[in-house]
Formats: sequence, structure tokens, C-alpha cells
Amino acid sequence: MDIATTIEPQKYAIYARKLVKKFGNFIADDNLNFEVHPGEIFGLLGANGAGKTTAIKMMTGLLKPTSGILKVNGYDIYSESEIIRKSIGYMSQKFSLYEELTIYENIRFFGGIYGLNLKSIKSRAEWAEHTFSLSGFMDKRVSNLPLGWKQKVAFVVASIHNPAIIFLDEPTGGVDPSVRRNFWDNIYQASINGTTIIVTTHYMDEAEYCQRICIMDQGIIKAIGKPNELKNKFLVNTMNELFIKIVRN
Amino acid sequence: MRTLLFLIQKEFLQIFRNKMMLPIIFGVPIIQLLILVNAATYEIKNIKVGIIDYDKSTLSQKFIMKIQGSHYFILTNNYLSTIEGISAIDNNSIKALIVIPKYFERDVLLNRNPIKIQLLNDAINSVNAAITYSYFQQLFNSFIKEEINKNSIEQPDNINIIPRFRFNVDFDYKKYMVPGVLVMLITVISFVLGALNIVREKEVGTIEQINVTPIKKYEFIIGKLFPFWIIALLEFTIGLTLGKLVYNIPIVGSIPLLYMVAGVYLIILLSLGLFISTIVDTQQQATLLAFFFLMIFILLSGLFTSLESMPKWILLVNKINPLAYFIQTIRMILLKGSGFWDILPNFIAIVVLAILSMSLAILRVRKTD
Repeated sequence: MDIATTIEPQKYAIYARKLVKKFGNFIADDNLNFEVHPGEIFGLLGANGAGKTTAIKMMTGLLKPTSGILKVNGYDIYSESEIIRKSIGYMSQKFSLYEELTIYENIRFFGGIYGLNLKSIKSRAEWAEHTFSLSGFMDKRVSNLPLGWKQKVAFVVASIHNPAIIFLDEPTGGVDPSVRRNFWDNIYQASINGTTIIVTTHYMDEAEYCQRICIMDQGIIKAIGKPNELKNKFLVNTMNELFIKIVRN
Repeated sequence: MRTLLFLIQKEFLQIFRNKMMLPIIFGVPIIQLLILVNAATYEIKNIKVGIIDYDKSTLSQKFIMKIQGSHYFILTNNYLSTIEGISAIDNNSIKALIVIPKYFERDVLLNRNPIKIQLLNDAINSVNAAITYSYFQQLFNSFIKEEINKNSIEQPDNINIIPRFRFNVDFDYKKYMVPGVLVMLITVISFVLGALNIVREKEVGTIEQINVTPIKKYEFIIGKLFPFWIIALLEFTIGLTLGKLVYNIPIVGSIPLLYMVAGVYLIILLSLGLFISTIVDTQQQATLLAFFFLMIFILLSGLFTSLESMPKWILLVNKINPLAYFIQTIRMILLKGSGFWDILPNFIAIVVLAILSMSLAILRVRKTD
């Protein structure tokens, strides 16, 4: 079940070349070239409609690219998507959980679908309970939880099978700053354990938490690199200024 | 295989947690079975008729009394003229008008052929009109025969046909309708439940969370299908029990055979429902599409009308109508006691349709857009 070991070190977690996604005449992602290193926290930044979610959906196999090369964990997205699915986790902006089910039942269900046996599911549930301070709430229905809690549970579900890469699509949308801060602690923890994190956001403070970022605008990658390097390169002091300078040009 | 169990467990939990779901799945069909069977009958009683008696004789009075005595007709009015009577048909106060002509008594007594009487019949509902006509003819013929026999020694050279009705000896429509209504109810429930299921996950967004997992398409469809299959079979059982207890329908044939056919049949309906669910984007679209197909399935199936009198091309369409095979088979097993070999051609058709529709649903599942 340890999928991380299947990646050879020289391989990238994500490798994209000339990646294009069109919806009819509308080009959502145009000629994306980037790679993500294993274990990295990689941020996709951009306004709404910049093409971040489309990019994530292509990497998770939810959308088929129109053209270009895309490899996830070294596997080809066109022909090996079923293998890829075993080693990735995904948390959508909607925190897609089964509202009628309890936290534990959601964990059990998704764990089961990922092929975990009941024993592993139980131990993952215990891990989730401690790491995300969910004790006492495991039998609460998701529909009764506040948004910040749903976010935690959605993150647990995305990482239930110890995936090599976790994709987080605007994971902190709609939750208050202190909860956001806590959530990033969890992301760091996962990263320390070797998981690659790919996260989209439009909060500039969150971009600072990423090891490398990729700024997108209208389907095009405008800049890519470490936050500090980019700030120096564009002669700005804050992320906000950087973003405005890059997108306005 | 284990994945499947987790899926099934989750579906059952969702069904039982939804407060509206169980009353709809079980309550509604039971109430419908109790009501619909009584409504869906071809037997016509209490036909309102009016009479114009131009003869005003002892015999015409006797005939009118015979009509009054019949439980098929209710004599509502005597009219003086045909025009008056017809206007009563026009304003719906009667359904038929019987005109007894002058010299009716004389003609009968002298055994003059033909003996004339007129029936003016409201034929807006042609089936009702035909039945009214045949009831009236029977009544009239038997009346005339009695009168002639009374008055003459010579026997009329009539041929009497005494029918013997097999399989439904007392000619009870309920025995014919209960299996039909039962079939219709489990059809509607399983088809609609299937059609609404996957699209609901699309609307809520959970389908994405499923699609990023390595779940197999067939596992997904079977996991969705199985819980509803169990529920529909349970519902079939309740309906059958009600049919026996309330309507005393005969269960002549083998019950395991009945369940075998029902089990395969439900796979078709659930698969087609799930197939619809994979094509549409909203539950509203799913409902409309499901009802479009249900209307066709039901009206062509021979549930309410006789298959034998349908045009040839409709019978061709019925070759792919699962409901048509199922209704026929269920009636054969329940009422005739047909065995496995009798129903085999129908059963093969049902199995083939089940394989086709399930493959269709599995092939249509899209994990990548």
C-alpha cells in the first residue's frame, strides 16, 4: 500500500509540457509547462478563472487534456490514469463529503474504496482523530459540522490512503483566518512526511507558505519559482505587490 | 470485491438516513396498490340510461323492469321524445338512451323478425360504449327468448355458446390487474431511484471525490444497483402479500420462479435508470427523462390494453420493452401456474435485456470528462 516508494527519485511528481485544455473555443489552460518535485508544496496562484482548477482537474484525471504531455508520479495521464488514481488524493473546493454520513463513516467509505481493509481504516481513523483533534466528533454527521470541520474531514479523506501527492483545490475558501492557519499546519505536517502538496489559492498570504509558486492569469503561466526569488526578481516586497505587478503586465 | 461492500454499505446508510426516502419507497406503492387496483377495472357497472317508451304496453313495462333489475344499468329517467333523450346524453346526465318503438309487444308476441329496439349510446369512451352495447344486447336477447319460449311451443333455432373461462374462472378483473399494478409500481420505483441516484452525487459534488479514486466502473454500477435491487424485491414481496391478503389473487405457479424473473427484470430497470443518471446533469432532467420512458414502457406493455390488438410495428417496439415481457410472464406464473419451460422464451429475452442495459450503464460511466 506504500505507493510513495513506486516513484523513482529522478522522476517528477508532476511533469507538464505544452499542456492545453479547451472548452469549445474557450482556452482554459494554454501551453502550460511546469514540473513539481516530490515532497514539495507547490502553489497555483491566480484570480478566479485563471485556469487553476482546470489544471488540477487534469492532474487528478477528472478532465482530459486537449493536448500536451502530462505525467503524474511518472505515469502518463492518458493511458495510465487508473494507476495514477491509486497514488493521489484530492480535496475539492466544495469539500465533497457525504452529508448524511458521520465523519467516521466518510473515512471508512473512502478508505474502503481505496482498497484499505477495516484494520487499516481503523488505524487511519485514529490517526485522523488525533492529528485533527476530531475526538468526540467521529460519530457526528457531516451535515451538522461547521465549515472549518468539513475542511478538516475533507483533508483527511484526501489523505486517507497515504497518497504520494495530495491536490487541494482552494482548500481554505470560506473559512476564517485562524482556521486557515491551523489548516496550513496540517499541510506542513503532511509535507514533512514526504507527501507532495499541490494547492490552488487566491489568498496571497497562503502563497508565502508554498515552497514554489506558479502564478497564472487567463490560462497562462506568468511566473514560476520560489516566493522570495520571485519577489527579488520583480523588485517587490510583498506577495500582493508581486501578484499585481505580474498580472497587470 | 471488498470495495463493493463498502459502496453498498454507504448506499444503504444514505437511504436509511434520508427521512423522506423510506416512506416514499414503501408507503406510496402500498397506498397505490390499495387504490389503483380498484380504479383500473374494465368492468362497467351503474351505467346511467334513459328510456323512451313509445309502446306503453305490458311487455315494454316488463322489459323496463328487467333493465331496472340489472346491476349494470341505472334507469335515471323516462323521456317523452327522442330529442329530449338525446339532449340528456348531450349534457352527460345519461350515457345511453333506450328507445322502445311502437308495436314492440305485438312484434314480440307474433314472433316477427326482426324485433326492433333502439340503443343510443354515448361513444366518447369507445370501450365503455362497446361494453354498454354488449350488456344491453345480452339483456335484450335473454328477455326476448324468455318471452318467445313462454308463448310458443316451437324452440328458436338459436345456438347457445356457454363459455368456460380458464385461469380466472370468476372473470375477476382484480386478478388480472393486481399483478399488473404490482409490476408497474416496482418498475416506477426502481427506474426512478436509479435515475435520480448518480445525478444526485453530481449535483452535490461527491461524484468528483469518487472519480479520483481507483474504483472500477463495474464496481460503481453494481454498488449503486444492489441496494435498490434488494429494496425493490422487498417491495415486490410486500405487494404480492398485499395482493394475496387484500385481493386474494391466486398464486398458482412457483414462487421461486417468480422471484427469479423479478430479480433479473429489476436489474434491467435499475441499470436503465442508472444509465439515464449518467447522461443527465440535474435530477430534474433525470425525472423528466425517466417518466418519458416509463410512459412508453407502461402504455405499450399490455398492462392496460391488450397486446394482441396493437399494430404490428408496436409489437416490434415491444420486443425491447422489458415491461411487456415481465407483465406477461408474471401473469403466466401467478394465474396460469406456468412453469420454467413455458416462460423460457420470455425469460431469455429478459436476461438478454438485463445484460445489455447493465453493459450500457457500465460503459457510460465517465470518470474523466
